Amino acid sequence: MQPKSPPNPGRRKFLTYTTSFLGIIGAFFTAIPFVSAFKPSAKAEAAGAPVKVDLSKLLPGEMMTVEWRGRPVFVVNIPKENKNFITKNLERLADPNMEDPSQPDYARNDIRSRKEGIAVLTGVCTHLGCAPKYYPEAKPEDFDSNWQGGFFCPCHGSKFDLVGRVYANVPAPTNLVVPPHFFEKDNLLVIGSDGVS
Amino acid sequence: MSENTIGKKSLEWVDSRFPVVDLFERHLSKYYSPSNINIWYLFGFLLLIVLVMQILTGLWLMMNYTNTAEGAFSSIEYIMRDVDYGWLIRYMHAGGASAFFALIYLHMFRGMMYGSYQKPRELIWVGGWFVYVLLCAEGFTGYVLPWGQMSFWAAQVIISLVGSIPYFGEDLAIWIRGDYIVSGITLSRLFAFHVVLLPILIIAVVFFHILALHEIGSNNPDGIDVKKHTDQDGVPLDAKPFFPYDITHDFYALGVFLIIFCSVIFFFPEGGGYIIEYVNYEPANPLSTPAHIVPSWYYTPFYAMLRAIDFPLFGLTAKFLGFVVMAAGIAIFAALPWLDRSPVKSIKYKGIYSKAFLTGFVLSFFVLAYLGSVPPTETKNMLAKVFTFIYFAYFLLMPIYTKFEKCKPVPERVGDLA
Repeated sequence: MQPKSPPNPGRRKFLTYTTSFLGIIGAFFTAIPFVSAFKPSAKAEAAGAPVKVDLSKLLPGEMMTVEWRGRPVFVVNIPKENKNFITKNLERLADPNMEDPSQPDYARNDIRSRKEGIAVLTGVCTHLGCAPKYYPEAKPEDFDSNWQGGFFCPCHGSKFDLVGRVYANVPAPTNLVVPPHFFEKDNLLVIGSDGVS
Repeated sequence: MSENTIGKKSLEWVDSRFPVVDLFERHLSKYYSPSNINIWYLFGFLLLIVLVMQILTGLWLMMNYTNTAEGAFSSIEYIMRDVDYGWLIRYMHAGGASAFFALIYLHMFRGMMYGSYQKPRELIWVGGWFVYVLLCAEGFTGYVLPWGQMSFWAAQVIISLVGSIPYFGEDLAIWIRGDYIVSGITLSRLFAFHVVLLPILIIAVVFFHILALHEIGSNNPDGIDVKKHTDQDGVPLDAKPFFPYDITHDFYALGVFLIIFCSVIFFFPEGGGYIIEYVNYEPANPLSTPAHIVPSWYYTPFYAMLRAIDFPLFGLTAKFLGFVVMAAGIAIFAALPWLDRSPVKSIKYKGIYSKAFLTGFVLSFFVLAYLGSVPPTETKNMLAKVFTFIYFAYFLLMPIYTKFEKCKPVPERVGDLA
């Protein structure tokens, strides 16, 4: 027996299309929990949240290490007497104009930070990930007789200036990375967020 | 005699409920393959055996493996030292991965050489290509699981490639990692992919690959359509049934393969650092990058392409372009059936340009494989650029050179002189 053709084909077609359409919408909403469960969990988000640093006790010339997302971040209060060298030492640097995007745009300046005198740098050597050591004073050192103050990596001898710009002819290819940061108050630094733009 | 009747009766009982006899005939005893197929036609069978081996050994490894950042590395050490024959099962699995790729590359080359991707076998080829892509993902996810230094940094490098996609790349990378850095969260989701999602997909696509093949039948080194000449029962004259003829050859090949495979897993289980990299015997350390991050040997041609692109273009970063070129190097295989305009299938009857470009392709594949496995220098980078160009020239110029070159006539029957 031949199946009867629907009495009202237009109505049948309409119902097919609306059902399919609603089905697609349903599939879309069903996908939401699956896609969302892939995002960083609340725990991972908390562990990767921005950290606040009180700088009121950071004296000129001192450096403090803050951990953010499992990596050390160096915060340096650059001593006044060193500030001149930052602009004078440029010919020895590999990338003094910061062509490599290892800092947010707002930190692509002489001080590589949002605030005069405070450098915020990820303390991971761009060569092989060792932690560079802080040698703030401009005086002859074993590794450099004309040292102007900065960071020296003990693993393979990479040298960076006080704002983390790499010297030429050392193993590290790029400047130290400046993490996103902003100053919530004058002495309250937030690492891990660009702040409200 | 009575046993025989019982056997016969049982078969009839089952066969009237499930088509065992029909399946056996259709896919084995009455499935015909050309009588001129050669040694290149053994790899498909071997691949199937390796797939079964990977599933079995993988299942056994999974019983003792811990998928957390804290436990993964030591659970591998536990398998290697404390589980009876754990070392053998792990070496079979790691060596099996390398064997899988070696065989699939030979299998793919066979298709390229004899034009097996051409009409009407396009879907067989595209299906096989998809198995290869899935296998690449399976290899990568499996490589991360031991959570050694190379595992961690391979995951770091590969996932950060996604981050180079303009606009939403960084967010996408975080979504894939499930964290801001590669972490235990990333490890455990890659584990889920490796043991559940990807194996299911691979088995499913292999199934369709074989189903499509059995619909059309095998190509052969001459590219002759053996279905054109049949006897009065419709049986191709220049062919023989897969069972018992081909399967006998296949099992012989399996013996040879196992001799080689066992020699490797018993005497060179690390394959000189190519099967298991020495750096991976150090636990993952997010704060210390290994001196040279090298992928497994089967990805090195594409890794060389990635590194060869060191210049930005059209406002896109070098990193993103490298990623695109690398992905294109894998994706372009799928387009082969539509790039080849030649009237003949096999390289035997194609013209001089096809032969030259195929030779160039093979050469570039090996040179890039080498270049991708060594630290880059300026000369090597230049070489990588040249050979990446040759690699793509084989594909992209194919519509031109296959259309205009002069081909030899293809014989009508197997054994005929052209």
